[in-house]
Amino acid sequence: MTALGPHAFFIIGSYLATFAVIAALTIWIIADNRARKRELARLDHRQHGADRP
Amino acid sequence: MTFINQLANPTRFMALSSGLLPWIAGLSGILFIVGFYGAFFSAPADYQQGETIRIMYIHVPAAWLAMFFYSLMTISAIGALVWRHPLAEVAQKAAAPIGASFALICLLTGALWGRPMWGTYWVWDARLTSMLVLLLIYLAIMALWRTIDEPTQAGRAVSILTLVGFINIPIIKFSVDWWNTLHQPASVFRMNGPTIHPSMLWPLLVCAVAFSLFAVALHLVAMRTEIMRRRIRTLTILAADRAEQPGATPGMMARGPAE
Repeated sequence: MTALGPHAFFIIGSYLATFAVIAALTIWIIADNRARKRELARLDHRQHGADRP
Repeated sequence: MTFINQLANPTRFMALSSGLLPWIAGLSGILFIVGFYGAFFSAPADYQQGETIRIMYIHVPAAWLAMFFYSLMTISAIGALVWRHPLAEVAQKAAAPIGASFALICLLTGALWGRPMWGTYWVWDARLTSMLVLLLIYLAIMALWRTIDEPTQAGRAVSILTLVGFINIPIIKFSVDWWNTLHQPASVFRMNGPTIHPSMLWPLLVCAVAFSLFAVALHLVAMRTEIMRRRIRTLTILAADRAEQPGATPGMMARGPAE
């Protein structure tokens, strides 16, 4: 690993900030996707349930 | 054109994106490893900026992607306004938070790079201010999407705002040429070729491709979510309408494109 010198705080801080933003965005997008999948499955299930005699 | 038309069909898009997603995400992961290895273990420190040059490998791709996603939203806005294409609206809405995130990363890493190099986290010069304006436009667009309930009406209002806001993209790009600024001029995409040494250029380009593929993967997932959200809305409205009609059953509801 290369030594980051006297500005290590700024370099590591940049990478941590990037990781935090990307992680938050990814978690939000995936959580939203899963929630909509569940909601759609529930609606489909209700619809199929109503189809049965 | 036929391929684009086929892709623009929501059902086909859902099938195609489902198959592509693992490959795009996997390739992005491999390129992140290669790119960051190059950035930290292969590329040398800069003769003037020292080790802080390592910030470039995230700052520059973030800036490119913030502008790329806005340009994508502008093209989608034209598609939505002119051709009334449903997937254009979906692509436009899904792109906004991703573009906003990269604009935020660009500003944060820029501030952390600016402090040791310029002696300040922030200065109101043209490049930094125009990038901040881009973030604010992204936030305004996201707020407008939430303000109007009906997706088509919201799409039309957002498309107009997006087209107006596109004026900021050439301002960001050429701000370093048009005004005196602390920010360095373009050093990769130039008429006379890049001014960066190849030992620093290749990790930068690999990191840029890695970030781009990751962003495209997120965009595909967000588009799939938006398609599902619209199907849920349609099903809910149809179910409510049916419930109001005497003797009707909810099983008669139309089926949409989602899986």
